Amino acid sequence: MSNKQIETQEILVNMGPQHPSTHGVFRMVLSVDGEMITDVQPYIGYLHRGAEKLCETMDYRQGIGFMDRTEYLANFNAELSYVMAVERLLDIEVPERANWIRMILVELNRLSSHFMFVGAFGVDCGVFGTPFLYSFRERERLIDFFEEISGDRMMYAYFRPGGLAWDVPANFVSRVEEVLSSSEQGIKDMDGLLTNNEIFLSRTKQVGIIDGKAAIDWGMSGPSLRASGIEYDIRRAEPYLYYNDIDFDVITGINGDVFDRYFVRLQEMRQSINIVRQCLANLTSGAILADAAARNLRTPPGEVYIRTEAPRGEYGIYLVSNGDNRPYRLKIRSAGFSNLQALRDMVIGSYIPDAVVILGSIDIVLGEVDR
Amino acid sequence: MKGILISMKVTLSAFFRKPVTRPYPDVHKPLPETDRAFPILLWDEAHTEPYCTGCHACERACPVECMTVLMKDNPNHVNNDGTSKRKKIIDKFWIDYARCMRCNICVEACNFEAIAMNNTWSGHETSVYDRKDLIMDLPQLLAQHRSGNIDEWVVS
Repeated sequence: MSNKQIETQEILVNMGPQHPSTHGVFRMVLSVDGEMITDVQPYIGYLHRGAEKLCETMDYRQGIGFMDRTEYLANFNAELSYVMAVERLLDIEVPERANWIRMILVELNRLSSHFMFVGAFGVDCGVFGTPFLYSFRERERLIDFFEEISGDRMMYAYFRPGGLAWDVPANFVSRVEEVLSSSEQGIKDMDGLLTNNEIFLSRTKQVGIIDGKAAIDWGMSGPSLRASGIEYDIRRAEPYLYYNDIDFDVITGINGDVFDRYFVRLQEMRQSINIVRQCLANLTSGAILADAAARNLRTPPGEVYIRTEAPRGEYGIYLVSNGDNRPYRLKIRSAGFSNLQALRDMVIGSYIPDAVVILGSIDIVLGEVDR
Repeated sequence: MKGILISMKVTLSAFFRKPVTRPYPDVHKPLPETDRAFPILLWDEAHTEPYCTGCHACERACPVECMTVLMKDNPNHVNNDGTSKRKKIIDKFWIDYARCMRCNICVEACNFEAIAMNNTWSGHETSVYDRKDLIMDLPQLLAQHRSGNIDEWVVS
C-alpha cells in the first residue's frame, strides 16, 4: 500500500453512545490507521434495565409487558417465546384459533421489523429520506393494524399463557388482506429503490464479509446467519406453532456480505406475506384462551428452554420455576447480543463509514442486547 | 445507471399516490375502540357513585405499582337509607400516569368492571410541565366517564 511510506499514527475514535447510526445507545471505540479500522472495542449496557430480574418479581401475566420492552421492534415475537415457555411448563394445549392468530401476528411483526431495518439501513448507507420514509409509511400501516387488535402501537401485551387476551375484531381477515397488499407494494418500492441502485451496491457489496463457519462459531442466528449461506431457520429446524403445515422457503445468501444480509431480509418479507396468506386460509373459529389457563397461574417446578425465530434470529427463553406463580429464574437469549459478537470480525480491515453500514446490517435492537 | 433510473421511477410514482400524513394537532387519527391510553375509573350514574369498591384487586395486579387505593364504608348503602348495594366504596384513589405502563392488567383484574382504559385522544395528550401533575386523584379519574365523553371498552 502506498500509504506505508507516509508516517501514520494509530488513533482511537469514539463512536456513540449518543450517535444516530448506532441504533440506540451503543458505543464502539475504533482504532484507526488513517481511514482503515484496525480494531474495534464495543461497549454495551447503556440500555440495561434488568428485565430478567424484574420478571422474577412478577407473576406470569405481569411479565408479558416487560418482554415487549426488551424486543421493542418485534414485540409479538418476544411475547410468544415467553408465553410458550410458560405453556410448556404448564403443559396446556392452546386453542387452534389462538395459535393461528398468533402466527399471523408474529409474521406481520416480522414484516414491520424488517421494514424498519430496510429504512434504517438505507440511512446507514447514506440515503437519507426516501427509503426511510417509504418504509416507515408501510410500517405505520402495520402498526395501526396492531393497534386495532391489541390496543397499543408498540407495547402490545396481547398474548397470554394459554391463548390471547381477547378476540380479534370482526373485520380481522379483511384488514390483514389490506395490510398485506399495501406491504407487497412497499416491498416492491424498497426493491426498486435499493436493490439495483449502483450507489447502494457499491456501498454494500463485498463489505463486512463473514463466512458461514465463523458465523456459526460466533453464535449468530436469523437472517444474519442465513446470509452467510447456512440454511438454518428455527421455524424449519424445530417447528413451533403450526409452521410444520406451512409451505415456505428458507432464504439464504451466498457471500455473507452486507448486501446479502439486506437481500435475505427483503426476500424473507415476501415469505412472511406468503405464510400469512396460508394462515388466513386455515383460520378457524373457536375459543381463544385455554380453559386450563387460570388468572393466577402456578407452574409446576421445572425448567424449560423455548426458542423461536424472531426477526433478528433466535429469541430464547430459559425459565426455571420452583412451583410459584412467578419465574424463579428467567434468562433471555437474544439474537442481537450474539450477532453483535461477530462485529469485530466483520469490521476490522474496513473503512470508518463501512463500520456504520456493517453495524446497521446486523440489525441490532439495543433493548434486546442489553435487556 | 439503470438501477438509479429504476429508483427514480419509484420516487416519481409516489408523486401520484395519496398522501398518508395528517396535519396532527388539527386532524386526529380516529382511534380503534380497543385503544389503550391510561386507566380511568367508571361512574355509576344510577347510584351517583363510582363502580369501584376499593377492593385492591387492580392495585395488587399492577406490575409497576402505580396505584394507591383506599376504601371506606359506603354512606349510600341500603343499611344507611341509601340506594346502593355496595357495602364498601372507594375513598381515595391515585394513579401515577408517569409510572403506568398501559398493560391493561388492571382492567382484566377488576371484578366490578369499574376501571377501563381511556380509548379517546384525551388519554394520549397528557403532557404536563410538572411530573407531579401526572398523579391523578379520584375526581380526575372519574371526570371523563362522568361527563360522558367516552365510549368505554372493557375486556370481558
